[in-house]
Amino acid sequence: MNWTWFHKLGSPKWFYEVSGRWLPWFAVAAALLLGVGLVWGLAFAPPDYQQGNSFRIIYIHVPVAFLAQSCYVLLAVAGLVGLVWRIKLADVALQCAAPIGAWMTFIALVTGAIWGKPTWGTWWVWDARLTSMLILLFLYFGIIALGQAIANRDSAAKACAVLAIVGVVNIPIIKYSVEWWNSLHQPATFTLTEKPAMPMEMWLPMLVMVLGIYCFFAAVLLLRMRLEVLRREARSSWAKSEIKALVGAA
Amino acid sequence: MSFSSFAEFVAMGNHGLYVWSAYGISLAVLILNVVGPLLARRRYLQEEARRLRREASK
Repeated sequence: MNWTWFHKLGSPKWFYEVSGRWLPWFAVAAALLLGVGLVWGLAFAPPDYQQGNSFRIIYIHVPVAFLAQSCYVLLAVAGLVGLVWRIKLADVALQCAAPIGAWMTFIALVTGAIWGKPTWGTWWVWDARLTSMLILLFLYFGIIALGQAIANRDSAAKACAVLAIVGVVNIPIIKYSVEWWNSLHQPATFTLTEKPAMPMEMWLPMLVMVLGIYCFFAAVLLLRMRLEVLRREARSSWAKSEIKALVGAA
Repeated sequence: MSFSSFAEFVAMGNHGLYVWSAYGISLAVLILNVVGPLLARRRYLQEEARRLRREASK
């Protein structure tokens, strides 16, 4: 098997060039998908027969909660790749994805609370799904704080990678929390693998929103990573000439 | 269209405050996540421009 692509991934210069070509496409796709999904979900999808129109919060709550968990898995994979193959780009990805994941977890918790008030009659309950999601937020905070607290970049990368890998145990707990424990939280309504528990005209806008939020994540992550790569490689000749070109244009 | 008028759309069947505040907060956070890195990039390039000018004048 040809592994050159994998080793190329470790090259900051290669990453910088390729990500620069991809970023605009992700940005455009995110804007289009989120725009279409929002209008579709808010105005055209039928109201829920029990929850009425408050269920429309699902179109932001679920995609963002998905992303919050996928993003954490990405941190763990990046941590593993960084520890095993010593690819420095893995640490860049880990450090840049962590704040985005934290914000996504924050949105999932806040929109969940706002949805809970009219639906359950309370903003917050200490049940398994909500508590494990709050723990996810604290894991993100821990990784961000650890990355900033350790001055030596290599030690910081190692510590964050270990925390990310250990913390990934929380992800299956979040996923199965609604099955393992009694919960006010409804079980999964959106799934790609089984027949969805909602009618097509409710499910399709959700699919569009999920795709849109992943494209958004890709665009924002690349944006952060490109700046971080430029900072870390500032002494290399390619980065120097890139910075000169950017400064000249600005 | 699942609403018959714009007023009905805004009201969201008496759940307007919940729906719109949820989307408002989410949108604000998403925008923050785009604008933040863009500003950081601009700040960095301004710093670098200053540094390059300093070095050139030496």
